Amino acid sequence: MAKDNGNGPAGGYQLPFEKPIFRLERQIAELEGSQAESGRDFSSEIRKLRAQYVSLLKKTYQSLTPWETVLVARHPKRPLGCEYIDRIVKSFVELHGDRRFADDRAIRCGLGRIGTEKVALIVQHKGRDTKEKIACNFGCAHPEGYRKALRVMKLAEKFHLPVVTLIDTQGAYPGVGSEERGVAEAIARNLLEMSRLRTPILCVIIGEGGSGGALGVGVGDRIAILEFAYYSVISPEGCASILWRTGEKASEAAEALKLTARHLKELDVVDEIVPEPLGGAHRSPAEAATNLERFLVRTLRDLKRLGPDELLRRRYDRWRRMGKVIHLELQTAAKS
Amino acid sequence: MAEPQPTNGTKNPYDPTVFEGPQIRKKRDVPDGLWMRCPGCESMLYRKTVAENLEVCPECEHHFRVGGRLRVQQLADPDSFEERFAEIAPADPLEFKWSGKRYADRLKAEQDKSGNTEAILTGIAYIKGRRVALAVMDGDFLMGSMGSVLGEKLSLLIEEATRSSLPLVVVCMSGGARMHEGALSLMQMGKTSAALARFDDGGGLYIAVLTDPTTGGTTASFAMLGDVILSEPGALIGFAGQRVIANTIKSELPEGFQRAEFLMDKGFVDRIVPRKELRSEIAQLIDYLKP
Ligand SMILES: [Zn+2]
Repeated sequence: MAKDNGNGPAGGYQLPFEKPIFRLERQIAELEGSQAESGRDFSSEIRKLRAQYVSLLKKTYQSLTPWETVLVARHPKRPLGCEYIDRIVKSFVELHGDRRFADDRAIRCGLGRIGTEKVALIVQHKGRDTKEKIACNFGCAHPEGYRKALRVMKLAEKFHLPVVTLIDTQGAYPGVGSEERGVAEAIARNLLEMSRLRTPILCVIIGEGGSGGALGVGVGDRIAILEFAYYSVISPEGCASILWRTGEKASEAAEALKLTARHLKELDVVDEIVPEPLGGAHRSPAEAATNLERFLVRTLRDLKRLGPDELLRRRYDRWRRMGKVIHLELQTAAKS
Repeated sequence: MAEPQPTNGTKNPYDPTVFEGPQIRKKRDVPDGLWMRCPGCESMLYRKTVAENLEVCPECEHHFRVGGRLRVQQLADPDSFEERFAEIAPADPLEFKWSGKRYADRLKAEQDKSGNTEAILTGIAYIKGRRVALAVMDGDFLMGSMGSVLGEKLSLLIEEATRSSLPLVVVCMSGGARMHEGALSLMQMGKTSAALARFDDGGGLYIAVLTDPTTGGTTASFAMLGDVILSEPGALIGFAGQRVIANTIKSELPEGFQRAEFLMDKGFVDRIVPRKELRSEIAQLIDYLKP
């Protein structure tokens, strides 16, 4: 097991509910330190503490509240889109620009191999350090990002490559330029075209599934979500500020919105949950990437078996079923 | 184009797909009297005159918002509207609660108040003698927000239009996705767009009519997918809410921002059509494209 002191995989960034976990980490580190210093054997104590640590981590992460899940999904050390590309995709060739306006760094597109499969990739990326975050607008795409994604998806269709999209955004960028250049039209066009693209599309929410900005690259044959990612029609803060009239009720809103992987699976919004390493993807990015890769390889293989007509029929039926309504028995004929 | 950045990575600027706020409420400041004040020109208007003028100010052409039933009456030939899919009603799939309130109760209250089951009316109608599949969103019902019922009724209508080879006319008026149904509301954007893709593959003609306001997830799906997109004058049309944008960019919004005229100028609306000409414009487009 990796040593998780302050500079470990969690990066010293402590989520509010992780206090006891960090305390145990410190105890283990101290004991290891004094063992090395004094030459005395603390190995059995250390082993015991490590076992405690593992079971506490397991217990904590098994019972996260929806709001805590949102915090994990936004963890500053959580693996980002491009980092999954680096770990999973062989020979990535990035393709830039929408041929209309610009190259939006919030959505990276290109070609690569996953396992033995050649794919087109559409990856939302938030940026790691400040400079990169600013360059890709904290992962909030403009219309040109969605149009670039569509251009590359059309390319994939033409040359019979399946499409893999990785979703991680708070939402499309709410700005003047974004509206002027038609962000609503860009997202709408993607929804329509993705629903009929004659090649498999596989979408995975890896962090934040921020509403229309996420859905704009999120229509496909299979929708998966990482265990501690979330997907919502509105941010918990936004929902709280509208319904509770204060953003401080975000935790209640997160609860009400049913935005966790488990809830979304129950609602059939997602087809599959990709498990994360013990204590979240940020504790072991390599293992998170391996899990994701395994899922992608298996699902790409499944989808490849279907001919395009059958694929599109199933995709349509999948999306057509979305939602929940009731059917009234009408006593009287409806009138205008 | 350089735009100011969000202030930090974790504070969500309230994702635009949901657009709900007080600004969607009716702007009549003299509610139920004989007279009303026009917010466009401040004139005191005789309510009956306004009603006879299709709810448009005779002085300044300000277009008042109209509810679903009235819109159908204004648009369709008299008594031609055969409502379809009226049996589809909202559930409360999330058992959504907030501050001691329940979505289920809120729905019931809206239904009792409006006499409608949801924020959309769908059916088959004639417009100047042309048979069309007609959907009209109702801003009076939970701000015209898009939930599962809206997506289902609209998808059923689009499928009916595909089968019967009818032109499709959708009058949009919406505060965006309905957050009380969570991600299921969001999915309606994908669902209706998929239905429109098949309609398009089958050669169907889709005329979208945008009215004040058309925002959020509605704009980012079927509203922007018309073969021809018409808008009433002055309608607010956008994705993100104006306060959200102003807060994000920390400056004033340009004059006329997100109004129909602005969208036409930027290339996202085909024509701005005054309400009294809507029927003849739609009929003419059908005659050109789908006679
Ligand atoms: Zn006036």
